[in-house]
Amino acid sequence: MDSLVVAGLLIVLLGLSYQTGWSRSRALATTAGVKIHSRPQYHGALLAIWTLVPALIILGAWAWVGPGITHDFIVSQIPADTLANLDQVGLNTTISRISAIASGYGVAGEIQPFEQAGGNALRSFQLISFLLVIGAAALAGGAALFYARGRISARLRARNTVERIINLVLLACSAVAILTTVGIVASLVTEAFRFFTFINPLHFFFGTVWAPNNAPTGSNYGSYGLLPLLAGTLMITAIAMLVAVPVGLMAAIYLSQYAHRRLRAVAKPIIEILAGIPTIVFGFFALVTVGPFLRDTGRLVGLSINATSALTAGVVMGIMIIPFVSSLSDDILNQVPRSLRDGAYGLGATKSETIRNVMLPAALPGIVGAFLLAVSRAIGETMIVVLAAGNSPVLRGNPFEPVATITVSIVNQLTGDTDFTGPQSLVGFALGLTLFVITLCLNVFALFIVRRFREQYE
Amino acid sequence: MTDTLSTTRSASQERTKAIRAGLRRRHMSEAIFKGLGLAAIILALGFVALLFVDVVRRGLPAFTQSNLHLAVTYDPEIIDIEPAPVMVPGQSEADFRAANLKWQRDLAMLNWNKVIEASLRAAAPAGFEIESREILSIAETNARHEVRAMFVDDPGLLGQTVEVDLLASANADNWIKGNIDRSLGDAQQQLSAPARQLIDIFVENGTISTGFAWAIFTNVDSRAAPASAGLLGALVGTLYMMLIVIVLAVPIGVASAIYLEEFAPKSRLTDFIEVNINNLAAVPSIVFGLLGAAVFINYLHLPISAPIVGGLVLTLMTLPTIIIATRGALLGVSPALRQAALGMGASKTQMVFHHVLPVTFPSILTATILGVAHALGETAPLLLIGMKAFVAQVPATPFDQATALPVQIYLWQGNENRNFFEPRTAAAIIVLLAVMICLNGIAIYLRSRLEKRA
Repeated sequence: MDSLVVAGLLIVLLGLSYQTGWSRSRALATTAGVKIHSRPQYHGALLAIWTLVPALIILGAWAWVGPGITHDFIVSQIPADTLANLDQVGLNTTISRISAIASGYGVAGEIQPFEQAGGNALRSFQLISFLLVIGAAALAGGAALFYARGRISARLRARNTVERIINLVLLACSAVAILTTVGIVASLVTEAFRFFTFINPLHFFFGTVWAPNNAPTGSNYGSYGLLPLLAGTLMITAIAMLVAVPVGLMAAIYLSQYAHRRLRAVAKPIIEILAGIPTIVFGFFALVTVGPFLRDTGRLVGLSINATSALTAGVVMGIMIIPFVSSLSDDILNQVPRSLRDGAYGLGATKSETIRNVMLPAALPGIVGAFLLAVSRAIGETMIVVLAAGNSPVLRGNPFEPVATITVSIVNQLTGDTDFTGPQSLVGFALGLTLFVITLCLNVFALFIVRRFREQYE
Repeated sequence: MTDTLSTTRSASQERTKAIRAGLRRRHMSEAIFKGLGLAAIILALGFVALLFVDVVRRGLPAFTQSNLHLAVTYDPEIIDIEPAPVMVPGQSEADFRAANLKWQRDLAMLNWNKVIEASLRAAAPAGFEIESREILSIAETNARHEVRAMFVDDPGLLGQTVEVDLLASANADNWIKGNIDRSLGDAQQQLSAPARQLIDIFVENGTISTGFAWAIFTNVDSRAAPASAGLLGALVGTLYMMLIVIVLAVPIGVASAIYLEEFAPKSRLTDFIEVNINNLAAVPSIVFGLLGAAVFINYLHLPISAPIVGGLVLTLMTLPTIIIATRGALLGVSPALRQAALGMGASKTQMVFHHVLPVTFPSILTATILGVAHALGETAPLLLIGMKAFVAQVPATPFDQATALPVQIYLWQGNENRNFFEPRTAAAIIVLLAVMICLNGIAIYLRSRLEKRA
C-alpha cells in the first residue's frame, strides 16, 4: 500500500514534469522567429530530473531515519514503570505487539490497556508521518518543477545539461569496477591483519603444520602453517598443467594448421563446451568416476592410489583447462605472421618442422603467457579440489595421496556460521589474500607478456 | 675418366639415398606429429563425450521413482480430535490463528504412522508377518505429513477411505531399482528381509509402481525424507539470483563499457580502471565470496544465505565479463556509422545512444546470456556467504534463506545415503546442464537472428 502510493507519486511527478517541459519548450519552438537550442525531449528530461531528485531525497531520508523515529515513538508510548521492568527481549516483544495491534492484525492473548493505547497512537502516528512525508515529497517536487519550468527558454542549454548528467551516471557505473577491487583488497587486508594479531605471520607463511583448533574455546588456536596447503595447491596445479598443456597445445596446433575446415567448425565449439561446464560438475565427475577409475587402474599395476587424491583432482582440473589453453594458443598461433611460415615452406621445411622450429619459437612468449593464465586459473579453482582432493592438509610429496589446497581450506574455515572473531574463520581471509596476490602477480605478468608479444608482430 | 664418372655417379646415388632416407625420416616425424595432434583432439573430444555420457548414465534412472498407491482410512479411533476451529464473529485474526495453530499442533501429536501402517497392512497379503517398524520403512517418512496435510485441508475426511499416492522410501527405491546389491546379506541391507519380500509383492500386485519423479521439480530439499528431496527451493533461489544479476550487471556493465570506450578521456584514471577490469576478470571466484562475506554480511549486515547477497556477489563477478564483451562490440562498430551521425550534427551522446549502441545489441545480448550462464554454475563464492545451509522451504523473497542449484548439487553429493543420492545428484546436474545448454542455445539463436537483420 505504502510503496504503491510512493511509486504512484513518483510516476505522476515524472509524467507531469516531462510533459510540462516538453510542451512548454514545444510552444516556444513553434513561436515564429524563435530558434530553440535544445529539442523538447531534452527539456522534458531536464525538468523530470529537477523534479524527481528533491522528491527522492526526501523519501530516501525518511527511509533512512524513519524506522528509528518510529521505534522511539513506540518506546515513548510504553509507561515508564513498565519500561523499567523490561529487558531487551521483553522490550522487543512489546514493540512487536504494539506494531501488530496498530496494523490491525491483532495479537493473541490478553491485551494490556497501555498496549491498546500505544497501538492506537502508533496507528495515527504512522498515518500522519506517512502523509507528511508524501506531502513534503510532492511539495518539494512541485516547487522544483515550478522553478525549473520558469527557467525554460529558447536559449536554455537543456541538452548539454542532460548529457552531462548521463556522462556522470556512466562514470559512476564504471567506478563500480574500481570499488569492487577496493572492496576486495580492503576486506582481505583488514581481516588478514586481524588474523595476524592472533597468529604470528612468520608462523603462518612458513609453518609446516596445518591443524586449526576449530572448537572456539580458550586461547589454544591450533597451528596455521601455509606450506602444506601451498604444496598441495602447487602439486595439483602441476598435474593439471601436465594434462592440459600437451593436449591443449597439440589440439590448437592440429586445429589451426592441419584440420579440415569442417572438422575445425565442429571440434572447436565442442572442446569449448568444456569451458562452460560448471566446476561442481567436474568435481562430481572426478569424485564418482575418475577417482575410482584411477584407484582400480593403480591396483592393476600395483600402485596404491587413493580415490580422492592430488592425481584425481589434477587430472580433472587439467581436462577443465584444456579449452582455455587451446583457445589462447590458437589465437597466438594465428598471430604469427604469415611471412615466417611461408619462408620456412620456401626453404623446403615440412609442416611439422615449420611449426616446431619456426612458429612455436616465434609464439613462445605468447604461449608462456597463456600457460601462466592457465596456472592462475588452476590455483584459484575450488570445487573440483573440494570434492576430489581428499582434504588432507599434510606436507607430503606423493601425488597418489589426498592433499588440501588453499581454496579448500578457505571453504572449510569459512562456511560454518561463525562470526569473524577468532583466527579459525579469519584465517580464510589471510589465505584469500595469499591467493589473491599469487593470482594477481601471475595475471599481471602473463598479460604483460602477451601484450609484448602482440606488439612485437604488429 | 670412366672412373671419375662412376665415382661421381655413385656419390650422387649415395647422396640421393641419404636425402631419400632423410626425407623418409622427416615425413615419418611429420606423420607422428600430425598423429599426436589428432590424438589430442580425439582425447579432448573423448573427455567431453565421457563426461556427458557418464553424468547422463548415472542421472537418468533418478528421473523415475517408486510410488505407493494406498487406500488410506482416516480411522476416528486413531484420529481422536475435536473439530477444527471456526472463526467466530468478533474474534481477532491473531486469536483465530492461534486457535487454528493449536488445533494443528494437537493433530500433529496423533500417531499418524498407525494410519499409514494400517493401510500398508491392508495392501499386504492376508497373514503376512512383519513388524510395524519394518512395514513403515517401505513408505517414505513424509507420508504421515502428507496424509495429515490432506486432513488439515479437509477435516471432513474423518472416517472415510481415500486413495492416496505416496512416495516409497529411498531404501525401497534402491531395492526396486537394484541400486543396492540384492545378494548382500541381511546385515548389509538397509531393509529387513520381510520388508524386502513385501516390497517385491507390492511391485507384483501394483501397489508400488514406477513413475516420473515429479518430486525433483515440485519439492524442496529434505533430509528426513530423502525420497521427497527436490530442487524447487534451489531453482527459485537460483532464479532470484539470476534476476538480480541481470537487473544489476547488465545496465552497470554496459554503461561502464560505454563510458570507457566512448567518453573516457585518455588519462591515468581510465588506464587504471582498464587494468583493474582485466584483473577482476581473472580473480578467482572464491575471492568474490570472501568479499561478500566481509562486506555484505559482516559489514552491511545483509541476511546470511540469502539470494540477495548471492546475486550481488555474482553481479560483481559477472561485471568484468559483460564490460569486456561490450567494449569489444563497441570497438567493432564501423567508424563510418559514427562519422555519419556526427556529420549530421548529432552530439556524441546522441551518436552513441541512437546509432552505435543499437548496432551492438546482438553482441551485448549474447555476452549477457553467456555471463549469466557462467554465474548460474558458480558454487564456491556461494558457499562462503552461507548458502550451504540446509533450507527446506521455497524462498518467498530474495531476502529469505535459500540455496542455489549448484550448491544443492554440492549438498546432495555429500549425503550419506549414497545409493539413493548419487543418481539424484547426477539428475540435478542434468537439470543444471540442461538450463545452461538452453541459455547458450538461446544466445546462439538470437545472435544469428539479430545479426541477419542488422
